[in-house]
Amino acid sequence: MTKIKLAVAAGSYCGGCDMSIIDLNELLIPIDEVIELQYWQLAADFKIKDVKALKDNEIDITLYHGPIRTSEHAELAHLFRKKSKVLIAYGACSCFGGIPQLANPFTASELLDETYVHGYNMDDSGPNHMRTSSEYKKGRKMTLPKLLDSCLPLSSEVDVDYYVPGCPPVRDQWLVLIDIITNFIKNGELPPKGTVVAGDKARCEECGREKPDEIVINKFLRPYEINPDPEKCLLAQGLICMGPATRAGCGNQCTGDANMPCRGCFGPAPEVDEPGLKMLSAIASIAGAKKEGELGEEGLKKLMDQVVDPFGTFYRFAVPQILMHIKQKKAKEEKSDSVK
Amino acid sequence: MTADGKKSSKTTNKRIGVFVCHCGKNIAEMVDVKKAADVSKDLEGVVFTTHSNYLCSEPGQKELQEAIKTSKLNAIVCACCSPTLHEETFRSAAENVGMNKYEVEIANIREKCSWVHTNREKATEKAIKIIETKVEKALLNEPLTPASVEVNRTCLIIGAGITGIQAALDVADAGFKVTLVEKSPTIGGHMAQLASTFPTLDCSQCILSPKMSAIAHNENINLITNAEVTSVSGFVGNFKVEIKEYPRYVDPDKCTLCDDCVKVCPVVVPAEFEGGLGPRKAIYMPFPQAVPSVYTLDIDNCLGIHPLICSKCRDACGPEAIDYDMVTKIKNMEFGSIIIATGFDLYDISKIQEYEFGTDVDVIDGIQFERLLSSSGPTSGVVLRPSDHKKPETVVFVQCVGSRDPEHHMAYCSKICCTYTGKHALLLKDLAPDTEVYVFYIDIRAAGRGYEEFIQRAQEKGVIYIRGKPSKIFRDGDKTIIWAANTLTGERLEVEADLVVLAPAMIPSFDTKSISLITKCSLDEYGFFKEAHMKLKPVESLVSGLLVAGTALSPKDIPESVAQGSAAAAKAISILSQPKLYHEPLVSTVDEDKCCGCKVCQSLCPYGAITFDDANKTSVVNEILCEGCGTCVSACASQALILKNLTHKQMEKMIHVALKEEAK
Ligand SMILES: Cc1cc2nc3c(=O)[nH]c(=O)nc-3n(C[C@H](O)[C@H](O)[C@H](O)COP(=O)(O)OP(=O)(O)OC[C@H]3O[C@@H](n4cnc5c(N)ncnc54)[C@H](O)[C@@H]3O)c2cc1C
Ligand code: SF4
Ligand code: SF4
Ligand code: SF4
Ligand code: SF4
Repeated sequence: MTKIKLAVAAGSYCGGCDMSIIDLNELLIPIDEVIELQYWQLAADFKIKDVKALKDNEIDITLYHGPIRTSEHAELAHLFRKKSKVLIAYGACSCFGGIPQLANPFTASELLDETYVHGYNMDDSGPNHMRTSSEYKKGRKMTLPKLLDSCLPLSSEVDVDYYVPGCPPVRDQWLVLIDIITNFIKNGELPPKGTVVAGDKARCEECGREKPDEIVINKFLRPYEINPDPEKCLLAQGLICMGPATRAGCGNQCTGDANMPCRGCFGPAPEVDEPGLKMLSAIASIAGAKKEGELGEEGLKKLMDQVVDPFGTFYRFAVPQILMHIKQKKAKEEKSDSVK
Repeated sequence: MTADGKKSSKTTNKRIGVFVCHCGKNIAEMVDVKKAADVSKDLEGVVFTTHSNYLCSEPGQKELQEAIKTSKLNAIVCACCSPTLHEETFRSAAENVGMNKYEVEIANIREKCSWVHTNREKATEKAIKIIETKVEKALLNEPLTPASVEVNRTCLIIGAGITGIQAALDVADAGFKVTLVEKSPTIGGHMAQLASTFPTLDCSQCILSPKMSAIAHNENINLITNAEVTSVSGFVGNFKVEIKEYPRYVDPDKCTLCDDCVKVCPVVVPAEFEGGLGPRKAIYMPFPQAVPSVYTLDIDNCLGIHPLICSKCRDACGPEAIDYDMVTKIKNMEFGSIIIATGFDLYDISKIQEYEFGTDVDVIDGIQFERLLSSSGPTSGVVLRPSDHKKPETVVFVQCVGSRDPEHHMAYCSKICCTYTGKHALLLKDLAPDTEVYVFYIDIRAAGRGYEEFIQRAQEKGVIYIRGKPSKIFRDGDKTIIWAANTLTGERLEVEADLVVLAPAMIPSFDTKSISLITKCSLDEYGFFKEAHMKLKPVESLVSGLLVAGTALSPKDIPESVAQGSAAAAKAISILSQPKLYHEPLVSTVDEDKCCGCKVCQSLCPYGAITFDDANKTSVVNEILCEGCGTCVSACASQALILKNLTHKQMEKMIHVALKEEAK
C-alpha cells in the first residue's frame, strides 16, 4: 500500500492544534503506518526549501493551523496550496480567524505601537528600537516577515478543501478524518469540497442541559459571578452561551463537566453565516423579553449595557463579515508587495 | 413593451412581468415611469414590462391580466402605492387568471419614493432600485396555498360579570353553544354588589337579575360556576381547554333553598359579597338572586365534612342535598373561540399606610359603601358606621386612592371613581340630608352622557367638593381625622369625620396573570390584558380567536363593559359562523434539520404559535397561529426559522441589489 503524503503547516497559531494531534496517542499508531510525513515542524526539522523542491500536488493532504497574520503565513499558505492535493484548515484560527483575529479592529502599526512603544516595560528610546531587519553577519541580513493589517482565515488567502473547526479540534473529528484519509488511500474518494468535519446542527443539540420553555434574560452574568446550576441551560441562567449559533461536534466540553458557557470555537452552525450577529440578535430578543413596556428604551439599553466586551463575546473566534470585507480589500493592496 | 426573445430566469424558471403605475400624477410627476419600465426589461427573469395610468382601475387590472395570459407570466411586480392599499387587489386579479397570488410583489414607489422626494432624476433612480429588489425577491418566491382548518362552533367565556354575561347571551342568541366558566359560586360579578347605578340611579340588581336568570335558562348556555380554566392549547377554531370544577358539596337538583343548613351551621365568617361588613355561614348562598340558585359549602371555613366533627348541615337537610363525597371534576372541552371577561379587583389600600385602611374600621372602600346603601345589604340600606352602628354626621369621600400616582401606586386614571363617588355622595344626601358630605378630588373627570350633570346635582344638594388629596387619615378617639390642603385656596384643612369612604383604583383581577400565562394573551404595563390594537381591534388579542372584554382590559363602567361584551360576542360569532378558517401562508417554518432545540424562540412569539416537539427535540410553528411577524426568525441563532417568501437568501439578495453601488 502506498503511503499517503501528509504535511502539517501553520500560520499564527499557539501550538494547541499540534498538541491536539499529539494527544491522539494510540490513534496515531495506525496513522503512522499509512502516512509519510512531508513537513511538520513539531515532529522533525523539515525545511521549507525541501517543500519548495516538491512537485506541484505532490503532497496528498496538508493540515494548516492558524490564521494569516504575517506575510510569511500568506507565503506558506500559497506554497502548501500549490504542493497539496487537499488543503485542510485545521483548528478554529485557520477556519475562521480564531483568537488572533480579535486584533482586527486595529491596524498593524497600532498593534506594534501598543506593544513595543507604549508597552509598560519599554524604555523610552522611542520607536527606534523597533527593527524589522538586522545584519547578523557581515553582508548577511535577516528580515522579519511583515505584520499584516489584518488577521484572516486561511480561506481568505487560498482555496480551502475541508474545515476542521475547534480550539483545538477533538478526537471525534479525527475519527472522521482518519476515515477520510483511509477512504482516500483505498478508493481515491474524497468528501465534497467545503465539508466541515463536525456536527450538522448547532451546539444545544448535544448539550444535555434542561432547556426551560421560557428563556428570558433580565440580568446578564459573567462566568465568575455565578456557580451555574449544572443541569439547566446556561443561557436561561443569564450567561451568554454561544451554543445556539455554534456548530456542534466538540463533545460538550465547556457546557458539560466544565460548567462553562460555549464560547463558539466550533464556528458558525451550518446555516449560519455570521454567528456573532445571529447570537447578538438572539440575545437582544430574549433580553428583557415581555418586559419591554416596563423597562422602556432606557431600561433595555441599561440591560444590554451589562454585556461586557460584546466584540470579544460574540466574535471571539470568527471574524465579522464586514471587517473581513474591509480587511480583505486592504489586504489585496498589501499582498502585491508581500507575495510573488 | 414585451422583451421579446428574452427567456425566463435560468435559475428559477420565473417569467416576471413588471407593471409601473403612474397613479395619475402621484407617481409619474416625480418618477420617470417609462424609464423605470424600460430599465426593468434587462433584469433577470423579466420578460414583460409596461407602465399604465391607473393600474388599480378596471382597465388597468384587465391589462395586467391580459399580460399574464399572453406572456405566460408566473410572477409579477407591481410598482405602485403601498401594499396596504392594493396588494390584495392585484393578488386577486392575478389569481383570477390562474397565477398563484403569492407570486405578486408590490414595489412601493409612491409613499416610499415619489411622495417624499423632490429631485426627479434621483427619485427615478430610487424607484428603479426598489423595483430591482422586488424582482430579486420575486425570483425566489414560491407559490403558496393558504392553510385551512375546521371550526368548532362553540364559545368559551371566562368570567361571568356583566361583561361575560352579556357576551354569553349574545353568542347564545346567535345560535351557538356557549360554556360560561365562573370562579365564584355565583355569576354577576361586581355589578351584583352595587346598590344603584349612575347616572340613572336604577337599582343594580333589578337590571342585572333578569340577565342572570336568562343565563340560567338559556339552552345554549352551559354554566359552570365554582370553576377555573386550567389550561388552553390549540388555536383559533380548535382550542383545547381544561376546566376544573370544584365541588360545592350541595346537589343543585335536590336543594330546595329552605335555608335549614344555614340555621344550624356554627361557623360565622365575614361575607365577601358584603365587602366583609356582614356575616355569612360556612354553608351559604352569596345573595338571594344568585345563579345558579343553590347553596355552597365553603370547604375552607367548614369545621370538617366528617360526621365526627360537625356535619350539622347534612343532618338538617331534609332532601339530602348535601353530599360530602363530591370531588373536583376535570372537564376537557373544545372551543372555536374564547372570550376573557375576568373583570377587575380593587387596589389594596393597605399599601397606602397613611390612610389606615384596615386598622380603622370606619375607613371603608367604595364597594363596602355600596353595600351600606343597598336595601338588601347588612344595614338594610341605612348608612351606619361600622364601629358603633351610629349614623355618621360627617362623611368624607376620597377619590383617586392609588390612581394617578405614578411614583407610588398606579399611574392611570381609574375612570369611573369620580362618577360613582358623586353617586355615593348624592344618595347619602338623599337618605340623610343633614349629613355633612365632603369629597376630596384631584380633578373631576366625568365624561359620558349625563355624568357631568350628575356631579353638578350632587354639588347642588350641598356636597362640598374640595380640590386636594388628603396627606394623612388617622383615628383620634371617636373620630377619623383627615389632613389635606385645598389646592385651589392654598389653605390647610383638618376634617373630623365619622366615616371615610375611599375610591380605590380598579386593578386587574387576581387571576389575570395566570390566565395570561394559560392563554398567551399579553398584558400591558399595569397587568391588564392588552388588546391587539387600541383603536381598531379593541376586543381582540394578538392570539387569533382569543377575545377580551370589559374591565379585564382597563377600568370602565357598566355601559362600556356591556358594549364590549357584545363586541366580543360579535367577533366570536364571526369566527364561529365561518364554514372553514383560512390563514395566510406567509408564515414562518422550522427547518427540522437545523433546529438545535435551544428553545430560545419558545416564549417569544406574540401569537403563541411556537411549541416544542419533545420527541423530535425541535420547535414547531403552527401555521394557523403564526402571523409572520418575524420575531422568532431574528431570535433563532441557528437560522433554523425561515419566513416563507422572505427567506434569508431573499433578504440577502435584496440587500445586495439595493447596495450594489455602495459596495463597489
Ligand atoms: C364602588 C364601585 C361602584 C360602581 N358603580 C358603578 C355605577 O354606578 N355605574 C356603572 O356603570 N359602573 C359602576 N361601577 C363599575 C362596574 O362595577 C364595572 O364596570 C362592571 O362591574 C365590570 O364588569 P366586568 O364583568 O367587566 O367585571 P367583574 O364585575 O369584575 O366580573 C368579573 C367576573 O369574572 C370572574 N372571574 C375572575 N377571575 C376568574 C377566573 N380566573 N375564572 C373564572 N371567572 C373569573 C369574577 O369572579 C367575576 O364574576 C362601579 C364600580 C365600583 C368599584
Ligand atoms: S444555550 Fe448553551 S447551555 Fe443552553 S442548551 Fe445551548 S449549549 Fe447548552
Ligand atoms: S359541616 Fe361545615 S358547613 Fe355544615 S354545618 Fe358544619 S361547619 Fe357548617
Ligand atoms: S413569525 Fe412571528 S407569529 Fe410566526 S411563529 Fe415567529 S414569532 Fe410567531
Ligand atoms: S431558536 Fe431556532 S434552533 Fe432554537 S429552538 Fe427555536 S427554531 Fe430551534
